[in-house]
Amino acid sequence: MGDPLFRDGVDGAVLLIVVVKAAVVFGALLVAVLFMIWFERKVIADMHSRIGPNRAGPFGILQTLADGIKLFFKEDLLPEQADRRVFRLAPYLSIVPAFLAFAVVPVGGAISVAGHDTILQLADPPIGVLFLLAMSAVAVYGVMLAGWSSGSKYPLLGAVRASAQMVSYEAALGLSTATVVLESGSLSTAAIVADQAVWRWNLVSLGFVPFVIFVIAATAELNRPPFDLVEAEQELVGGFHTEYSSVRFALFFLAEFMNTITMSAIVVTLFLGGPSGPEIDFLPSLWPVVWFLLKVLAFLFGYVWLRATLPRFRYDQLMDLGWKKLIPLSLGWLLLIAAIRIGEDRDWSFALTFFGGLAALAVAWALLQVAVRVGRQAAEVPPTPAPAPEEVSA
Amino acid sequence: MGYLDGFKVTLRQMFRPDVTRQYPEEKRPKPERFHGRHVLNRYEDGMEKCIGCELCAGVCPARCIHVRGADNPPDHPVAPGERYGYVYEINYLRCIHCDLCVEACPTEAITESKLFEFSFTNRADAIYTKDELLVDDDGMPRQLPWEDWRPGEEQHTSAWVRATSPSGVAAYEGQVQWSAELGFGVRPPEQGQAAELPADGSGDAEAEG
Repeated sequence: MGDPLFRDGVDGAVLLIVVVKAAVVFGALLVAVLFMIWFERKVIADMHSRIGPNRAGPFGILQTLADGIKLFFKEDLLPEQADRRVFRLAPYLSIVPAFLAFAVVPVGGAISVAGHDTILQLADPPIGVLFLLAMSAVAVYGVMLAGWSSGSKYPLLGAVRASAQMVSYEAALGLSTATVVLESGSLSTAAIVADQAVWRWNLVSLGFVPFVIFVIAATAELNRPPFDLVEAEQELVGGFHTEYSSVRFALFFLAEFMNTITMSAIVVTLFLGGPSGPEIDFLPSLWPVVWFLLKVLAFLFGYVWLRATLPRFRYDQLMDLGWKKLIPLSLGWLLLIAAIRIGEDRDWSFALTFFGGLAALAVAWALLQVAVRVGRQAAEVPPTPAPAPEEVSA
Repeated sequence: MGYLDGFKVTLRQMFRPDVTRQYPEEKRPKPERFHGRHVLNRYEDGMEKCIGCELCAGVCPARCIHVRGADNPPDHPVAPGERYGYVYEINYLRCIHCDLCVEACPTEAITESKLFEFSFTNRADAIYTKDELLVDDDGMPRQLPWEDWRPGEEQHTSAWVRATSPSGVAAYEGQVQWSAELGFGVRPPEQGQAAELPADGSGDAEAEG
C-alpha cells in the first residue's frame, strides 16, 4: 500500500502537497472541535428540554469561539507548588497525540492534485494501528503529569485515577484492535479500510464483540461519561486540570474533544469501513468523505447520548469492568478469531471451530469466575486479634 | 430492555418542546399573587389614599418603611380627611415583599404591583420615596430609569387585596369592599377563592359573631 504520492520520489511539489495536507488536517480538526463542543452542548440541551447556546452567531454556533477567546484573555496562573517545567509541558503532551493520531485516519479515497495522485490521509505508515495505540498511550502522560506537577491534592487524585483507568482499558482496547489486525492482516489503516471495502465491515465479520469492547474501552480511554471519574466535578473539583487556567486549560479542553473526534474516527476506520459506502457517480471523490463524516457524526452523537443518559461509574465498578470482564472477553474473542482463521486455512468445519471455540471460552470464563471468587475469599481473611502491646524492652 | 431504557428516555426528550424561555425578550405571565414593588394609590379624583397612619411601618417585619404623617393643608388637601402621608419611603434593600403592609393598610393606599425587575446600582436609589411610589396622574406606576418593564406590565397589581374576603370571612367572598382607584376604577373581585359554603348557612353565623 502506502501513499501513491511518494511513488516517483520526493520533490518540491510533493513536499508542498504534504504540508498543505497537514495544514488542512490541523485546521479541519480545530474547526471540528469547535463544532463538536457546540454540537454536544446543543444535543445535551435538547435532551434536558433546554435550548443550549443560542446567542453567539446563528444557533449559537460561534459560542465555542467566544469561550475560546475568553479563555485566551484570562490570567494564566502557575501554582507556587507546581513543578514549573512539567506543568507547562503537560498540556502539549495532551494535545499533540490527539492531533497526531488523526494523521493516520483515512478520510476518503484517492484524489489527484496537480498531476500527483494522493490519498485523503495525512500519513499511511505501515504501523498505522500501532501508532494509534502509541498515541493513545502518550496521552496518558499528559493527564498524569498535569495532575502530578500541579502540586495540589485534587489534581493528583484525578491523575492517579486517570492513569489507572487509561492503562487498564488500554489492554482491552489493544486486544480488540488486535482482532481487527488479525482479520485484515495488516497494521496499515489504509489497508484495513481497503479490506473492509463495500459492506464487508469488521463490525459484522468480527462478530460485534470486539466492536462493543472497543467502543467501551475507547469511552474509558477518553475519560468521557460514564467513565469520567478522572474529572468528576462533584468529587475532584475538576480533576487533573483543576490548577490550570487560561490557554493551558483551553489546550486540555481542546485535547479532550479532539480525542473524542479522533477516537470516533478510529472506530469508524477499524470497524465501520472508514470512508466506504454507496458509490455515487456524481462527484465520486466527494462521497467517501461524506460517508466518513456521517459515520463519525453518528459516533459523536452516541458519545453525547451516553453522557446524557448514564450515571458515572464507581471506581471499583470501573476496575471490575475493565479487568474482569473486558480484558478476558477481548482476549478470548481474539483467540476465537485466531482459531477461525487457522480453521479456514486448514479446512476445518466452521461450525465446529466456532462452537468448539465458544465452548472453550465458556469453560475459561467459568474458571475465571472461580478464580475471582477464590481470590476474593482469600482477601477476606478474618481480622486477626490485635497483638498484645509489646512490653517496652530496654 | 433494562439497561437501555434510559437511552430511550433521553432520546424521547430530544423531541419534546423545550421549557426554556428567552427571558429578557420573552416574559412569562406572572402568578396571580406575585409580589413586586409597591405603589401608593390615589382615589379617582386624584386624592392620595394614604392617611399617614404608619400602620404599614408598624407591621413591617423588615422595618423597611418610613412614614411621617402631616395635617392636610386646608386650602388644597392632599388626601381626604385630616392627615396625609407627608413622607413615605420604602427601602428595597430590606423589603421582603411579604405584603403585610398591604394587609395592614386601612385605605388600600399601598398595594403591590408585579414589577420586580429593578436593578439599582447605589443605596440611595434603593430607597423609593413618595414621588417614586405614588402613581402618576393616570393611576399608573412611574417607571424609574433602572426599572425594566414593557407596556402593559404596569396594569398588573397583586391580587391579594381583591382575593380574600373582607375581614377574612368566607361568607363575604366576592363582595367589593374596596374603594375605586385612579385609572382603574373599582377593581373586580377575584373569583373562586372560597370553598363551597355549607348548605345550612352555618358559615354566616361566624360572620355575624
